[in-house]
Amino acid sequence: MTFLGEFALWAAFLVGIWTAVTAFSGRWRDRPAVALAVRRAPIALTIVLWAAAIALWQGLFTHDFNIEYVYAYTSRNLPTYFLISAFWAGQKGSLLFWALVLSMFGALVQAMTSRRHEELLPYVAGVTSGVIVFFVAVMLFSGSNPFERLPFTPPDGRGLNPQLQHPGMVFHPPLLYLGYISLTIPFAFAVAALLARRLESGWIQAMRKWALLSWTFLSVGITLGMWWAYLELGWGGYWAWDPVENASLLPWLVNTAFLHSVMIQEKRGMLKRWNMGLVIGAFLLSIFGTFITRSGVIASVHSFTQSGVGYFFLGFLVVLAVLSFTLLYTRWPELEPDAQLEALVSRESAFLFNNLLLVGIAFSVLWGTLFPILSEAVRGTKITVGPPFFNRVNVPLGILLLALTGIGPLIAWRKASIANVRRQFVVPAITALVTLGALFGAGLRNGYSLIALSMAAFVLGTVAQEFWRGVRARGRLYGESVPVALGQLVGRNRRRYGGYIVHVGIVVYFVAFVGAAFRTTQQVTLRPGESVAVKSPFGSTYNLSFLGVSQYQALNRVASAASLDVTRDGKKLGVIKSEKRQYMDSFGRPTFQPSTEVGLLGGVREDLYVVYAGSVDGSERSSFTVHVNPLVWWIWFGGLILVVGGLITMWPGGWQAAPVTRLAPARESVEVPA
Amino acid sequence: MKAGTKFALGAAVIVAGVALLIATGVKQTGVYFLTPTELLQRTDKDPTFHEVGLKVGAKVVPGSIRRDASTQTVDFKVSDGSSQFPVTYTGLVPDTFTDANDIEVILEGKLGRDGVFHATEVLAKCGSRYDAEIQKIKKTA
Repeated sequence: MTFLGEFALWAAFLVGIWTAVTAFSGRWRDRPAVALAVRRAPIALTIVLWAAAIALWQGLFTHDFNIEYVYAYTSRNLPTYFLISAFWAGQKGSLLFWALVLSMFGALVQAMTSRRHEELLPYVAGVTSGVIVFFVAVMLFSGSNPFERLPFTPPDGRGLNPQLQHPGMVFHPPLLYLGYISLTIPFAFAVAALLARRLESGWIQAMRKWALLSWTFLSVGITLGMWWAYLELGWGGYWAWDPVENASLLPWLVNTAFLHSVMIQEKRGMLKRWNMGLVIGAFLLSIFGTFITRSGVIASVHSFTQSGVGYFFLGFLVVLAVLSFTLLYTRWPELEPDAQLEALVSRESAFLFNNLLLVGIAFSVLWGTLFPILSEAVRGTKITVGPPFFNRVNVPLGILLLALTGIGPLIAWRKASIANVRRQFVVPAITALVTLGALFGAGLRNGYSLIALSMAAFVLGTVAQEFWRGVRARGRLYGESVPVALGQLVGRNRRRYGGYIVHVGIVVYFVAFVGAAFRTTQQVTLRPGESVAVKSPFGSTYNLSFLGVSQYQALNRVASAASLDVTRDGKKLGVIKSEKRQYMDSFGRPTFQPSTEVGLLGGVREDLYVVYAGSVDGSERSSFTVHVNPLVWWIWFGGLILVVGGLITMWPGGWQAAPVTRLAPARESVEVPA
Repeated sequence: MKAGTKFALGAAVIVAGVALLIATGVKQTGVYFLTPTELLQRTDKDPTFHEVGLKVGAKVVPGSIRRDASTQTVDFKVSDGSSQFPVTYTGLVPDTFTDANDIEVILEGKLGRDGVFHATEVLAKCGSRYDAEIQKIKKTA
């Protein structure tokens, strides 16, 4: 089967080259048959890459340890579902996964794009095929061939890294990859529009759902990554500003900026150049992220094995950046804005400031991530910045951005009148002030937390007001009951109200971020029967009494589990269990170093997070690190809201449903959503 | 004043603010990232460097780890091939931190005047162990 796999890679390589060359040379222009062939080539790529993927999965499922990749990432006793995810556990497989998914997206975009944009599609096929060619070339020519065989067959494999044996890891990488990969489609449309000189808003209509799709995948991928880090890395938090984490945040930030600024282009014909820049930038940052992850140029705990592959990505990044920005430059005059900014207090300008902040945050994250390299190049000494830097810079910027999240939807397009501002701001402002007072009264004295939470309340006030007005207007006009009106309102204006729901999700994340400032940590050593009291930031007291350590054996591991009985303020809460595990292969030989499973007992308010650090010299005296992490649950809850909001904005149909706002640009009265 | 000009002023304030936050952030939170050799050179030249918190990237000397579970203290040695020094750390070390070959660590802390690096943070990453093993398999065959 690996023969089939290799053959498929070569086929993909050649088909991809043909497609890209034919598409960019423009030789399809007067030849409809060639144009059709170019547009269908992504389907051929999908088929051959599926063949390659099936070949790899077949190797994984049949335990063909003669294949190096299968040997390196699985073992005979690995649970079946991890055989599926082992596909992307290593560098070589993840490259194939990337190419496979991109080919499917490439084929889907050809099938799903309206015929109105037909002229762009051969170029789009050219871009997606070109990127696929790059990934296949990395596999074939940089020693990253997943089908490479060993000179003999080991009896069992090395097994999957214990940290990857977690449901979060089954879904986190593919979802994040889906986010990264789908950024190629907006980029392909941008390049196509520039090449075809079709710079009116058509290309934006054709790609905007892809940008939303990519945004949703990235959001979910990043959030699942936090979940995984929280449960598997055992340091008590979910975000460490590690280069690899930052690499996933960068395209998300730029894509978020685009999703806002594109509305200005659609409504006012402004920011055409900026939007092109953002689309290109988001895609380049996804490639940059891959470079950071794979090359090891920046020290990261998460890095894949360091290898020369990174430099392929660096080269690709430079070539793409030069080509796409040169192309943008040659079309510069054709991207004149149709309108100018009319007033500082307007929706446009709120979006512009939002964009500046998002890009500013992205820049600071990029700068901080690259600083070791930059400082070494400029001053000859490596200087690194860590979480204190990122928090210092991004906490104020983040709060400002949160404020704009609330302000933006309240201000009218073009020019907001004083009456408009007064009418719109009263309810949200009161909500914010009441929240501020309540929190202060409750004893919260941390400045940033007070501001952030009041701003969060302000945004919620905005969203509630928007929903309430829409529902009330529908009720008056059509006599609908509240639930019906709500359903109609959201269903008929999916993008707008889906967007508001996303804002609520973001607010919920901010609540969690505030909680992170109040984490507590303590280290304890206990004998069985002994107990320790742990104070929570919310004022309650946990009592943990150590029950003892028990040993047990499971399919592919032996574990020592330390159990503690937990009470909160005297009330029984349950038993918390943290384990040390040693994974083994099917011959009982240990694979990997021992790993730790954290014990977690938590809820809406806070998590009690216990890490079993080991026992003292064979006795049962054991030491633990106990964290109390306030409000972490809100991250997962916020993620859920984001997904719901994202899905609503993307839901098929309902896309032309914004004419009312267009007709009433300087809306003073309640706009009646159709 | 035209709206565009007003916006440009606002934008300039934001850009300047971001630049200022970055610049002061780097200045106040940036720490050196050195190899053991570089660190020893610096402390030799300038003893006040013992007081400076910094990061060190090095490899754990195989077999040097001593763990005391009752105090959660770990003592070990790190090296970059040419220089080495002992390290002491109290707290949880990551699972990837072991005595195996080629374990790379990033330490944060100070190299005390006693010649011991007092780490406040230890990050470990498994090096190219599996690759190395595979290379070995390929060679022996």
